[in-house]
Amino acid sequence: MNAHQSLAIGQPIERFEAISRAAVESEAMVRFAGISKTYPAYRGKPGVNALENIDFAIPRGSITGVIGRSGAGKSSLVRLINGLEKPTTGHVIVDGRDISALAGRELRLAQRSIGMIFQHFNLLSSRTAADNIALPLEIAGWAKADIKTRVAELLALVGIADKHDRYPSELSGGQKQRVGIARALATRPSVLLSDEATSALDPQTTRAILDLLANINRELGVTIVLITHEMSVVRQLAKEVVVLDAGRVVESGHVADIFTHPKHPITQSFLAEVIGDSLPVSLASRIVAEPSAGGQAVIRLQVRGAGAGDTLVVRLARELGLDVSLLSARIDEIGGQHVGSLVLGIPLGSSGRDDAATRTLAFLSQHQFPAEHLGYVA
Amino acid sequence: MSPDLINLIVQATFETLYMVGIAALLGTVFGLPLGVFLATSRKGELFAAPLVNRVLGIIVNATRSTPFIILVVAIIPFTRLVAGTSIGSTAAIVPLTIASAPFIARLVEAAIREVDGGLIETASSFGASPLQIVFKVLIPEALPGLLLALTLAVVSLLGYSAMVGAVGGGGLGDLGIRYGYQRFMPEMMLAVVVVLIALVQLVQSAGDYLARRVNRRLRQH
Repeated sequence: MNAHQSLAIGQPIERFEAISRAAVESEAMVRFAGISKTYPAYRGKPGVNALENIDFAIPRGSITGVIGRSGAGKSSLVRLINGLEKPTTGHVIVDGRDISALAGRELRLAQRSIGMIFQHFNLLSSRTAADNIALPLEIAGWAKADIKTRVAELLALVGIADKHDRYPSELSGGQKQRVGIARALATRPSVLLSDEATSALDPQTTRAILDLLANINRELGVTIVLITHEMSVVRQLAKEVVVLDAGRVVESGHVADIFTHPKHPITQSFLAEVIGDSLPVSLASRIVAEPSAGGQAVIRLQVRGAGAGDTLVVRLARELGLDVSLLSARIDEIGGQHVGSLVLGIPLGSSGRDDAATRTLAFLSQHQFPAEHLGYVA
Repeated sequence: MSPDLINLIVQATFETLYMVGIAALLGTVFGLPLGVFLATSRKGELFAAPLVNRVLGIIVNATRSTPFIILVVAIIPFTRLVAGTSIGSTAAIVPLTIASAPFIARLVEAAIREVDGGLIETASSFGASPLQIVFKVLIPEALPGLLLALTLAVVSLLGYSAMVGAVGGGGLGDLGIRYGYQRFMPEMMLAVVVVLIALVQLVQSAGDYLARRVNRRLRQH
């Protein structure tokens, strides 16, 4: 089924609109149209609605993160893309083909253009690194000589050319995942699915693997779909993000937009993992509800956007004439945007009166920085 | 011991090796595919056919719960049909095969089920057909377990083969009963037991060695 036909699903649309939507469609590498997935009741366990009303597109050539807590439906979603599962309703269009409508040999052929890497690597223990990479090529019926050349190329691409004859038991976690990546890319797929591919790795190895994925995306133009529960993975690699919760897409769009203005509580909680929304213990324990003479008002403000907050503290001090002190700060970069929070101490003066804090809050709201008054410290 | 008796032992050893060897081979020919099928045909599996799986399971269990000596005499008509005779070493191969195939099948099933299900999913994800998964993933990954299973089957067959004297099958067990027991020749009985012990040791050591050789899972530097 081509992109055009797939539009026939859903409500009838005018021809004019259909053409423009078809153009958009061709920009999408993966498109979910009206997807739901229900696992029927089985042996006394009730049925589960794993996915409901899923409609979104993964742009061609992008690195798209699909983030959610465990049980959010991430695994079901990724298994729909490579046809390991069929949706209960709706269609999954991958590279212009309705993969959810394929079966048997046709499906197996289509699956060769979709690579996948796994949390636990899933390498065959009985095969060397090179032979593991050769497996999808053997399955696709390549000639022996071609396989040999291609495997050497791939080993070099993932930076483990010297591990050609090593068995998985002789490789480190990072090296195993490199073999996994080489294997997934063997048949030159247009999409690479990563199912929690770095969740079993230490932070340093994770970073190296994510860098490798970024290179692959840049150099080969492969669309990468990152299934993860780790915000750090999305932050480091993805440009687009889809936030899943309880089988529904709660937010989707550019990483920078979604995480500078998170709307859904689950998105906010993922963001909090990166930037932290808790105060340092030594500060939190000193905060009281009543102001005191010579003390400070404690104000926390959110920083969102490129360059935001760079000069804020200086301007605040200058324009309001206050000796603002910085009690705590955490700013990170997500999708090229600054995201974080600052905790400021505003001096109350000898009177202990509160108008400095009021003026500060007014200044912040005037410059559109969300802020909250947490209390006072002596 | 007289040269005649030693000749008898040598001849009986060859009969045992012949019966056990061919029966193990045929048992594997039937048992391996059966075992692979049993391991992959439950609901939701590679060759899902739950009903066939259950029926085959019942047949396998029934065969395995029939005492071997009863199986030998119960299938004499069938043996005659297949081997042309119901007496002798060649005829004895028929019940030995029928007893070992389901046994091997269950051992194969267990070995195949040990293979990480994630590997099946992985192979499916890059478009492997069910048969490709069996030959390129399941059997190679289960190979150490399969070799140990075969070793166990051969050792069991050595034990079973002692009973086929009942249908003139010959072999070491038959020799032990007829000379050692019925003719009161304890030295013959001892010789037979020693040869059997040596054979079992040999088979087990060879099986262990091969299984270790092909096991890459635990190899470390």
